[in-house]
Amino acid sequence: MEHHAPLVDFLGLTFNLSNVLMITIASVIVFIIAVIGTRSLAMRPTGMQNFMEWVMDFVKGIIGSTMDWKSGGRFLTLGMTLLMYIFVSNMLGLPFAVSLGEHENLWWKSPTADPTITLTLATMIVVLTHYYGVRMKGVKEYGKGFVAPFSFMFPFKIIEEFANTLTLGLRLYGNIFAGEILLGLLAGLGTSGALGAIGAFIPMMVWQGFSIFVGAIQAFIFTMLTMVYMAHKVADDH
Amino acid sequence: MHYLVNAGILGVEVNTGDIIFQLLAFIILMLLLSKFAFGPLMGMMKKREEHIANEIETAEKNRKEAEAFLNEQREEMKRVRQEAHTILENQKKMADQQGQEIIQAARQESERMKEAALAEIEREKESAVATLREQVASLSVMIASKVVEKELKEEDQQKLINEYLTQVGENK
Repeated sequence: MEHHAPLVDFLGLTFNLSNVLMITIASVIVFIIAVIGTRSLAMRPTGMQNFMEWVMDFVKGIIGSTMDWKSGGRFLTLGMTLLMYIFVSNMLGLPFAVSLGEHENLWWKSPTADPTITLTLATMIVVLTHYYGVRMKGVKEYGKGFVAPFSFMFPFKIIEEFANTLTLGLRLYGNIFAGEILLGLLAGLGTSGALGAIGAFIPMMVWQGFSIFVGAIQAFIFTMLTMVYMAHKVADDH
Repeated sequence: MHYLVNAGILGVEVNTGDIIFQLLAFIILMLLLSKFAFGPLMGMMKKREEHIANEIETAEKNRKEAEAFLNEQREEMKRVRQEAHTILENQKKMADQQGQEIIQAARQESERMKEAALAEIEREKESAVATLREQVASLSVMIASKVVEKELKEEDQQKLINEYLTQVGENK
């Protein structure tokens, strides 16, 4: 049951080849979906274009609920990419997991079931919020945000930034990782014998259905929180 | 435990390569999507939005135009109706007048005819009286000559005169 990661050192950096593979696959899938959805754009949308426009309207709704469109419009692409990438990543680990080799290296899994990946995304988001905070409001206004409404709030504000990063990344990681662990356990039970297969089948179906739900919800929450943090930094008052 | 160690949660080992790869992958994905998928999609949605706005504007304009036209037509209709009414009224008046004139003319004509008839009657009467007078004269002459012819007695004479007078009355 114990899985290992296929680690490789390259140029002084440690690569988990499984992560590299799954990130690439998730990115390629998202890209293919998006390109197919927007391949034949028409005034009267049909099929996949409808879906893509729905996604765009959905993200527009998320942005619109946190900040005004004038300052939030530029985050539309970021939001859509985040939503689709995280959703696809979450779904990748659902149907099966592949482990190969004498160490049972885990190759196929959700890239978001790795805290390195989710924390990277979370850090990227928080850094982006600071970047846009400085760029859109100026250094002075940005700095004021740390001592508002009272100057003694400063330490809490600093802690908040780190807490935001950690919770944003670990929430996603925890949900997906737990889902995959349970799926792995059920799969193990299912392969242990005829009785196990019968007993594991229905919980497996239920848990997979629930995992789809959780994966979608987590993608939504990640995007939503991104926009909330962004709004915190770029909106005039919130 | 190995999961956590490999994942670097316990701080033993951090997959620095994964971090960089994930960042690069995400940024590249975002750029590609924005160039090949979301950009055109946004453009199309904006275009549609403009198209719809345009259509609404056009429809609004058309509606206003139609309304103005309708009002104009209504006004015209009213005017035409009024005109027709006036014409009808005039015709009626004219017909009345004409009828009156015809009646007047007929009355005059009948008056004239009556007068002519009366004149004729008068003339006839006069001529009749003249004829009678002539006859009376000649009769008187005849009677006179008769009286002169026969010398009669008073009574006979009287009788004769009466007889003649009766004759004259019968002759008339």
